[in-house]
Amino acid sequence: MYVAVKGGEKAIRNAHKLTAKRRRGDTSVPALTLEQIAQQLAHSVARVMGEGSLYDETLAALAIKQARGDLIEAAFLMRAYRTTLPRFGYSTPVDTGTMLVERRISATYKDLPGGQVLGPTFDYSHRLLDFALAAEDDGAEQPVEMTDNDDQAMPRVTDLLGDEGLMEPDPVSDGGTPVGDLTREPLSFPADRDLRLQNLARGDEGFLLALAYSTQRGYGRTHPFAGEIRYGEVEVEFFAEELGFAVTLGAIKVTECQMVNQFAGSAQAAPTFTRGYGLVFGQAERKAMSMSMVDRSMRWQELGEEPVAPAQDVEFVLSHSDNIQATGFVEHLKLPHYVDFQAELDLVHRMRTEWFEKREQQEQGGAAQEAAQ
Amino acid sequence: MSETTVEDRTGKIPDVSPKNSSGDRKKIMATLAAATPEAVSGKYENLALPSFDLVRQPETGLVMVRGRMGGTGSPFNLGEVTVTRCVVRLETGETGSAYSLGRSKKKALHSAVIDALWQRPETRALIEKDIIAPLAAAQQTAKETVRQETAATKVDFFTMVRGDN
Repeated sequence: MYVAVKGGEKAIRNAHKLTAKRRRGDTSVPALTLEQIAQQLAHSVARVMGEGSLYDETLAALAIKQARGDLIEAAFLMRAYRTTLPRFGYSTPVDTGTMLVERRISATYKDLPGGQVLGPTFDYSHRLLDFALAAEDDGAEQPVEMTDNDDQAMPRVTDLLGDEGLMEPDPVSDGGTPVGDLTREPLSFPADRDLRLQNLARGDEGFLLALAYSTQRGYGRTHPFAGEIRYGEVEVEFFAEELGFAVTLGAIKVTECQMVNQFAGSAQAAPTFTRGYGLVFGQAERKAMSMSMVDRSMRWQELGEEPVAPAQDVEFVLSHSDNIQATGFVEHLKLPHYVDFQAELDLVHRMRTEWFEKREQQEQGGAAQEAAQ
Repeated sequence: MSETTVEDRTGKIPDVSPKNSSGDRKKIMATLAAATPEAVSGKYENLALPSFDLVRQPETGLVMVRGRMGGTGSPFNLGEVTVTRCVVRLETGETGSAYSLGRSKKKALHSAVIDALWQRPETRALIEKDIIAPLAAAQQTAKETVRQETAATKVDFFTMVRGDN
């Protein structure tokens, strides 16, 4: 039950001022610039853009600064900001095959066209704290190696397997099928794969990671291989009606993951490999991998598998993946529930009174019985 | 991205031949879109500016980016990007448009004027030589740097031969 209450305005005003002061911290320490956050905290920025479902590095940097590094709060700020802008329309689908690749690895094929390029990664590092970064002189440019690029094309691994018929082809709808959009209509069930992928792309990394992990530990039957992970820039094109052609808006960074799973086949379909797909803003491999595993899990029905695990439960997964919604409902518990609680309090008082009365009667009854014997 | 670096590492200069097909205009607009607001205004300020009207005020909005299931399959909505657009008309009649990622209204306005000037036969060569070619070359150089830095992290596998003794 919600009732209007007054009071607390001054306390709130002062609390906000105090937050601003604490956010800034010691003023003898220089304030963070948005450029510093965008450049040096790239993974935080990627996460906020992904879960905020809005690609704009400077805005994400601002959100992170304003939220004091609370990335869910920052994603919330991004979601709120986007509601203030008009929607121009939909891009033509990005082509990850023409990506300016900065990293591309496959755990299934050693020698593949274009090779394995590691790019910027934490993999193969010892996870030891690097105290050189704490030193004052951090900021000196570290030279990196450069090699003449042989311009070899990097086809997607899944396209290579597809050529042999070993890989299920991508589902292709006829052009007329509308594409579901969660920002236009609220989520409803059953949810098709387009809606599921949109939901996962902006879902909470931690939630998807835990679900993906659960499928590996036996909650659901998957034995996935990282067919390919690639990260780099893709161009975004938008068909401008008034110009009559698709204009290139610029490039965004995305991470794509193709997770390959075995499929034993059925009476209609020969044994083949199936896939889960992950695509997220920025360099966010953990998220892209988790997304592809959960996408694959939720395809159980289409592939004739048994639903036995949480990660396969479409309604459960999609209803709880959005951390903005989740945090809204969990954190609203901080708001005054005085009247609700007063009602509960009265109820518990009454129940306790009844309980004690009953016990007293029982004790008296028992005593009387003993006396009678 | 430094737009003062005109030399392309590979010596490739983007093809911007003066034809008025939408393909060429698309390339011009894409080059402007890919440049930083500072790079565009740096070029814009050196121009002898014509008078023009705003057909569409610089406006920031959203475009929903789509991906494809599995990379090549049916489309789905990935997430939005901020986009700023603008349309101007020169007093000589040419209409210039700009669309680019981000929220810079100044860049959108400058890019739209440059696009309009590119459509004017009298100023096209100048725009291509002084603005588009250096911007495109700098972009090409930056991409080539990324390619070469990335190529240095390519794995060369070798097989250990196991000896019998």
